[in-house]
Amino acid sequence: MQYAGQRLVVTVITLWAIATLTFFMMRAVPGGPFDAEKDLPPAVKANLEARYHLDWPVWRQYLDYLRRTAVWDLGPSFTYPNRTVNDIVADGFRVSAALGALAIGVALLAGIGVGVVAALYHGRWLDRTAMFAATLGISIPNFILSGLLIYVFAFHLRWLPAGLWGKPAQAVMPTLALAALPTAVIARLVRANMLEVLRQDFITVCHAKGLSPARVVFVHALRSAVLPVVTYLGPLAAGVLTGSFVVENIFAIPGLGKYFVQSVTNRDYSVIMGVTMFYSALLVVANVLVDVAYRLIDPRIRL
Amino acid sequence: MASRSLHPMPGLGPAAGTGAAAEPAPRAGGTGEAGRGAGPGRHPAPVWAGPGGEGPPETLAAPAPGYWQEAWRRLRKNPLAMAGLVVIALMVVAAVVGPILSPYGYEEQVLAEANQPPSAAHWFGTDHLGRDIFTRVLYGARISLAVGIMASLIGLTIGVTYGAIAGFYGGMVDNVMMRIIDVIYGLPFILYVVLLMVVLGPGLDNVFIALGAVYWTGMARIVRGEVLSLKQREFVLAARVMGVPPWRVVWRHLVPNAVGPILVTMTLLVPEAIFSEAFLSYLGLGVQAPIASWGVLAAEGNRALRAAPWALFFPAGFICLTMLAFNFLGDGLRDALDPRLR
Repeated sequence: MQYAGQRLVVTVITLWAIATLTFFMMRAVPGGPFDAEKDLPPAVKANLEARYHLDWPVWRQYLDYLRRTAVWDLGPSFTYPNRTVNDIVADGFRVSAALGALAIGVALLAGIGVGVVAALYHGRWLDRTAMFAATLGISIPNFILSGLLIYVFAFHLRWLPAGLWGKPAQAVMPTLALAALPTAVIARLVRANMLEVLRQDFITVCHAKGLSPARVVFVHALRSAVLPVVTYLGPLAAGVLTGSFVVENIFAIPGLGKYFVQSVTNRDYSVIMGVTMFYSALLVVANVLVDVAYRLIDPRIRL
Repeated sequence: MASRSLHPMPGLGPAAGTGAAAEPAPRAGGTGEAGRGAGPGRHPAPVWAGPGGEGPPETLAAPAPGYWQEAWRRLRKNPLAMAGLVVIALMVVAAVVGPILSPYGYEEQVLAEANQPPSAAHWFGTDHLGRDIFTRVLYGARISLAVGIMASLIGLTIGVTYGAIAGFYGGMVDNVMMRIIDVIYGLPFILYVVLLMVVLGPGLDNVFIALGAVYWTGMARIVRGEVLSLKQREFVLAARVMGVPPWRVVWRHLVPNAVGPILVTMTLLVPEAIFSEAFLSYLGLGVQAPIASWGVLAAEGNRALRAAPWALFFPAGFICLTMLAFNFLGDGLRDALDPRLR
């Protein structure tokens, strides 16, 4: 309980630090958000700045920003005046979350499968091939993989649509492109853990008790070998969510990543800040949950 | 904690991703003292503390090979790592001398020859503006390798300093410093790189700074773990008893002994940085035209996929080959420098 309280305090401090950091970073951008537009009449510019409270002193803007962030009001978009950042985040994240969940699911299944098989065939060609493929997997940036997939499966074989979102077939390529890297990382992680677990005494005991080899591997060894993957879920989610920025753009998927890239191009500061805050908060909370879950699952670690 | 993802993926990052970049190699127990055991303590006390003039009495056995000789011998027996080393060397040579040998300029546009497939005149074909892709890939190698190396050097400097301080002082200082790292570690790296790039403005120098400013946490953890376990050892006690000031103990005795893991981490950081730069370039935040890194070239190739797929294939091939080479070399180095982890 004391641990949970401590984590809560740290989490709140973290979120405050992130909010402060992003706020002052965006203030540090040379020029105001409306300077780029071609010669606005001074009156119009003053009006715009008043609307977004840019005429306030910085400390007042900061306090206002903190207050609004605390109640999760991310403010209006600079580029699309009739939309709030909350709308954009809610809109885009539904799609990004679906894509991300698919990719994480595929990565977990495939990664654990490959890792276990590689460990069971340790040192033989199947293991070598799997690990070579895994290193290949971490060496291909996802936007390159996306391009290659589109070239092969959409342009050449014409099996899959090259983009958009909504039908199952349209999800195949973006999911693969996003899942490749985490699959490779998980496969390497599981293989290493599995090799270590299989050497331990309790596995010998399982064999000695006459359990079938399949039961030893898939029930007893796998459980210990897969546990550390749980700690990787936080970074995994971060990688998949940010990885989907480019993938969503390539496949023209209307997710949060697409909005984010647009807002970077348009210098729509409130959206850049809002998305950063949203993902940071999401991941900070996810990491706390993963940590707590890990301690609940693994009785060897006490809270 | 096991690993982080890069980039952009990662990889890169770590996620990619870093972030996107993802830090490729899972490394068990980077933080805890228990995790890393005795660090590179397997090799005898540092050379300068070794048998000096007076030395130990003569023995009949042949002198034991040094740590580095032993590591090099192990590395040489790893074909993948050696292949990686050769590929990296070739890439560096190509980046340095290649553009001089090429008959075309990297921004030389011949619109009449746009989107041509690979031929004897244009080995890798031409892009939508009729620029020679072979030449652009060679120039891109300069930019991408420079980004990888500079970013990992900046990450090295920050990470080693931070990790050494945390590990050396231990206690409360260490606790707070490591909690900060935990927090940074859990954040979407690449978003902060993007934020930094928006603030700093595009450009090569800013790419170095933005990536270096973000990619040091892994290094800090490794160094802190090493320092924490090394400082328990007798030669450190001896140095301190002799009145060596703390900063000197850290820099002359602790950090040099952690060079193995530092080298491995650096090697794996290079591809992550290249990966992240490619991601930034994709967003239009990296280096600016007409200069082009591999990431810029791949992004251009992606856009022209139907008309000129080779504009994607060649830069993509070079990126992947380089990342593969660094990853294999890094894995090989880890095996060679840290035999316990095999």
